[in-house]
Amino acid sequence: MLPFDFEYYRPQSLQEAVDLFQSLQRQGKQSMIFSGGTELLTLGRIDLAFTEAVIDIKDIPECNSLQVNEQRLLLGSALSLTKIEEANVFPLLTKISSGIADHTAREKITLGGNICARIFYREIVLPFLLADSQVLLSGPLGERIVSIHDVFQEELRVEPGEMLIQLAMESKYIRAPFYAFKRRQQWETGYPLITIAALKIDQRIRIAISGLCPFPFRSQEIEASINHKGRTIEARIDGALAVLPQPILADVEGSAEYRLFVLHNLLFDVLAALDQVQG
Amino acid sequence: MEVIGKSVIRKDALDKVTGRAKYTHDFQSIPMLSGKMVISPYGHAKIVSIDTTDAWEIPGVRAILAGEHFPLTGEAIRDRPPLAVDKVRYHGEAVALVVADTPRIAKKAADLIRIQYELLPVVNSPTQAFQKDATLVHEHLGEYKKEEDSTPVPNSNIANHIKIRKGNMDQGWAKSTTVVEASFSFSPSDHVAMEPRCARAEIKHDGNIIIMTSSQAPFMVKRLIADYFGEEIGKIVVHTPYVGGGYGGKAPVQLEILAYLASKAVGGKPVEILNTREEDLISSPCHIGLDATVRLGADQNGKFHAAEISYWWDGGAYSDKAIDVTRSGAADCTGPYQIEHVWCDSYCMYTNHTYASPYRGFSHSELSFVIERTIDMLAQKLNIDPLEIRDINAIRPGNRTPTRVLLNRSNVGNLPKCIERVKELIRWDKGAILEVNPRFVRVKGVSTSWKTSTIDTDAPSGAILTFNRDGSINLMSGVIEIGTGTKTILAQILAERLKIDLDKIHVKMEVDTQTTPEHWKTVASRGTFMAGRAVLKAADDVIKQLKNIAAIVLRAPVEDLEVADSRVFLRDEPYTGVPFTDICYGYKYPNGESIGGQIIGRGNYILRNLTHMDQETGAGKPGPEWSVAAYAVEVEFDRRDYTYQILQACSVVDLGKVLNEKTALGQVMGAMNMGLAFAGRETFFYDELGRVMNPQLRTYRPLRYGEHPKYLVGFVETPQLDGPYGARGVGELGLMGMPGALGNALSLAAGVNLNNLPLTPELIWKAKGGSQ
Amino acid sequence: MTGQTKGRGTLKSFTISLTINGEEKMVPVMASDTLLFVIRHHLGLTGAKPSCLNGDCGACTVHIDGRPMKSCLMLAVEAAGKKVTTIEGLQGTPIQQAFIEKFAFQCGYCTPGFIMNCQALVEKHPDADDQTIKEWLSSNICRCTSYAEIEEAVKSVLKKK
Repeated sequence: MLPFDFEYYRPQSLQEAVDLFQSLQRQGKQSMIFSGGTELLTLGRIDLAFTEAVIDIKDIPECNSLQVNEQRLLLGSALSLTKIEEANVFPLLTKISSGIADHTAREKITLGGNICARIFYREIVLPFLLADSQVLLSGPLGERIVSIHDVFQEELRVEPGEMLIQLAMESKYIRAPFYAFKRRQQWETGYPLITIAALKIDQRIRIAISGLCPFPFRSQEIEASINHKGRTIEARIDGALAVLPQPILADVEGSAEYRLFVLHNLLFDVLAALDQVQG
Repeated sequence: MEVIGKSVIRKDALDKVTGRAKYTHDFQSIPMLSGKMVISPYGHAKIVSIDTTDAWEIPGVRAILAGEHFPLTGEAIRDRPPLAVDKVRYHGEAVALVVADTPRIAKKAADLIRIQYELLPVVNSPTQAFQKDATLVHEHLGEYKKEEDSTPVPNSNIANHIKIRKGNMDQGWAKSTTVVEASFSFSPSDHVAMEPRCARAEIKHDGNIIIMTSSQAPFMVKRLIADYFGEEIGKIVVHTPYVGGGYGGKAPVQLEILAYLASKAVGGKPVEILNTREEDLISSPCHIGLDATVRLGADQNGKFHAAEISYWWDGGAYSDKAIDVTRSGAADCTGPYQIEHVWCDSYCMYTNHTYASPYRGFSHSELSFVIERTIDMLAQKLNIDPLEIRDINAIRPGNRTPTRVLLNRSNVGNLPKCIERVKELIRWDKGAILEVNPRFVRVKGVSTSWKTSTIDTDAPSGAILTFNRDGSINLMSGVIEIGTGTKTILAQILAERLKIDLDKIHVKMEVDTQTTPEHWKTVASRGTFMAGRAVLKAADDVIKQLKNIAAIVLRAPVEDLEVADSRVFLRDEPYTGVPFTDICYGYKYPNGESIGGQIIGRGNYILRNLTHMDQETGAGKPGPEWSVAAYAVEVEFDRRDYTYQILQACSVVDLGKVLNEKTALGQVMGAMNMGLAFAGRETFFYDELGRVMNPQLRTYRPLRYGEHPKYLVGFVETPQLDGPYGARGVGELGLMGMPGALGNALSLAAGVNLNNLPLTPELIWKAKGGSQ
Repeated sequence: MTGQTKGRGTLKSFTISLTINGEEKMVPVMASDTLLFVIRHHLGLTGAKPSCLNGDCGACTVHIDGRPMKSCLMLAVEAAGKKVTTIEGLQGTPIQQAFIEKFAFQCGYCTPGFIMNCQALVEKHPDADDQTIKEWLSSNICRCTSYAEIEEAVKSVLKKK
């Protein structure tokens, strides 16, 4: 139960959504883009989220695209995670997705919602970071397509009124060898202690991580060290551990020191899985 | 035996799989006002001011309760204001209560109540609470009203101190060639019943107070509200429909008091308070934490001679039922072992944590972890097989408990037999350690436990039987149907005694304290035992009445009559008889003359010969019988990551007599599931301000489907002679040995003593010196 | 649907059409009402249970167009025009019978949600393997049983298919 009321809009087109946003802005109303809406419902009920108006984008056709062909994979932001998993067009994405929350909750959680989440794990973004994805945004100034690296630094950074519509990547990534693992505090339930996603392309291993820092990231420095041929595995991992972004999380899931221990072993597993394969 | 022992389908089954089973919050009535608590965001703080101005501005607000000195509450010590005044003592404590037209309005207004706090130093563990010069949680402990056998120490944080002094410690240590000593600690956790607590109250114009509550103790609600607020007990009627799990957590009386005060504040209108999950975790009473030290001595053959035990229970901010948990933990402090010389101090400590309530096992799962870990350390030192050392020392008839009760073949189960069965089920002969590869190892750990139920010495249970015109019987008992299936088992007991078809028995699931005979509380695995005895007595009463009328109708002496298959008949001429339908509402002769009348059966039971424990030595008989069980857990442990999977969990329980096999299995396995979650994952994490950092189910995590191991369950049947058909309690035993067995398996696997809970990979990593 | 076009009412409150257990109903709702609140308090169907109201426990699981959904995670307006099935809409199904026979419930509070999830699984994956069963059923918490009973119940139904 939410302790506040809001206006609810369900635009049928991108244009309608953009217009709505601007109109609400002119009226001085705080509005929120809503696709799965799980964060509004769960954070709102404990006074950590608020809005005066909701723009539900799930009827907008572009936000529900799911296309895959020889050239590229394209996914709409309002797709639920279970829809993406059922399509299973990108095995790494399926694997990462299926570790988030639980199956029934993923019927409601959407691709865009998880990427834009305030709860900072945002694990679904990891495969997109690895695949140098393109992002389609739509806003008052029109549409734009940008590299995910330009707009996703720790979180999605877009202009006011801009909506995440689609993500796309070259098809070569969906067939690339990969490794992914979600380590939790205990067993198989809960937020990640660390979720690691790795993929090998053009003979280089790429690595993206959630749960280590209060944001998900992919780091060139880590990858440089991990791919440093001619050094021992241990040295490559130690090198990676020396260039981690900061801060390292220390919370109820685990201490910072323990997370580093876990990461060390996960990097070892990544190398064991991908170092010798062709990719 | 016709019905006893059979896995008959539960009487509540159809209701529950169709969504028709109604719980407190499912009874929707209009008008119904909503109560909403404002809770403390800190562990310990002075309340500087409470400003309700803005909250009152919200249309639909009918009352705001805050800052008022209501009578103090609490079961053993009256130390708890229904709403905090002057200061808050735990994160989650109710400070104010808004009553409004709808839940949403109540929540809106509650959010607008501005409370200013001034932080106070936090008492964040029982060990810290026990330090000299510790911050006091209660400054005026000496002034509280209390029960006689509670022993709070003024100007300290000690709410209760129970002593066990058995034998002579000097002698015990003299005989001990090997001694181990260890310390243990774990934080409070929670019951997490899937139904959050809910209570509603209404005060009628005639002064009758009508309460509905999801409680394990509706009769206690009635008694305590009468006591606390000077209400006439007969005017209080408490209804309890199906309850969505309790595990001890719904035995205390808390929301009912707030609902009553709320209703009073709005002229008696009905008010409902439904906990949010967060409130249910941190505002309502939780599962107790414990710090402990143990010294255990044995001779070279592994025979125990002396145990010195200190328990510091984390009772939290208010003593309530923690006083009794502390006592119970002392009474059975050694676990199920014969030890001649025992010295135990069991302290109930005040801390700035959520106050504790009973939790399935009532101190025994907690003390079992402590004792069982110590025994494994001793076994290792002596190089004796862990199951053998338990068998050598297992409590047996002829031994005396720490409170010096002499045990016999009826009042204690057969632990050696349980150990023997565990050995077979877990394939102990294959060894405790199996190397899978250099990284993975499969390891088994074992434990045992026991329990007596230290309930009030005069706790009652009653049953009433009435007939329907078709000869079927209505069974009314004050036991709450909380998930255990007890009411189905009561029907089985009745069917067996009356020799009638189970379908001819209608069980009233709802309890209302005005028409249902009292059953003290649905706790402590006493439902089947006490209510079962009451039902047997009621059945005998019915049989007597039926025979009395039938004797006249059949012109035969009562002694010649038998009752079976819904009729009374001549023993030697079974075809000559009279059906229940002809006599249960009186017998009518062809000319219209009638005799007899409506048959109403009544039965009651009260535990006999229980005594208080001596204040200086603990001597006394705190409970009727000791149930026992033995356990094993097998894990696959990753030596690199310190992660593990629980492959198998085994419990062998002496339950006296299996009354309904699948229900008994369900009780044991369900309890094991809960025990493994408690052992491996569940805990509250506190920050330095005493705040619970994980008050949601996404951060406080019970076990989920797929995380469960393979369960191996065995039953031993050593009848308790005065139990119904020999049955003992079964609901708690499956849980109690899980933390010890898991702790022992992992300690062996990791090669390091793990003396804390929960047993997370990080804990093991730390114990291995990982952070250096 | 937008507030102005398909629903009737103001921007914050609507009258929506819900097909609930096969019956079409017009239901007045606030935009901020969850589906759980509406089915319990407006439609009087109390089989779906409030427990965490946070999408964590699954006690409020219903079907939306045949797929499992935590009704505390959905606004009622989102369900406009959809087929909603609650436990009350399930009568005499094999999974309900299996829950009875396998003693796959105790207190019964999580049971409606668990059964709805199981039923969706059985409908969508009649030949589900262990991994799929686990993936689906780990969405619900049962605090009383050991899950082994639920496992037995759901597998007995899957096998029959």
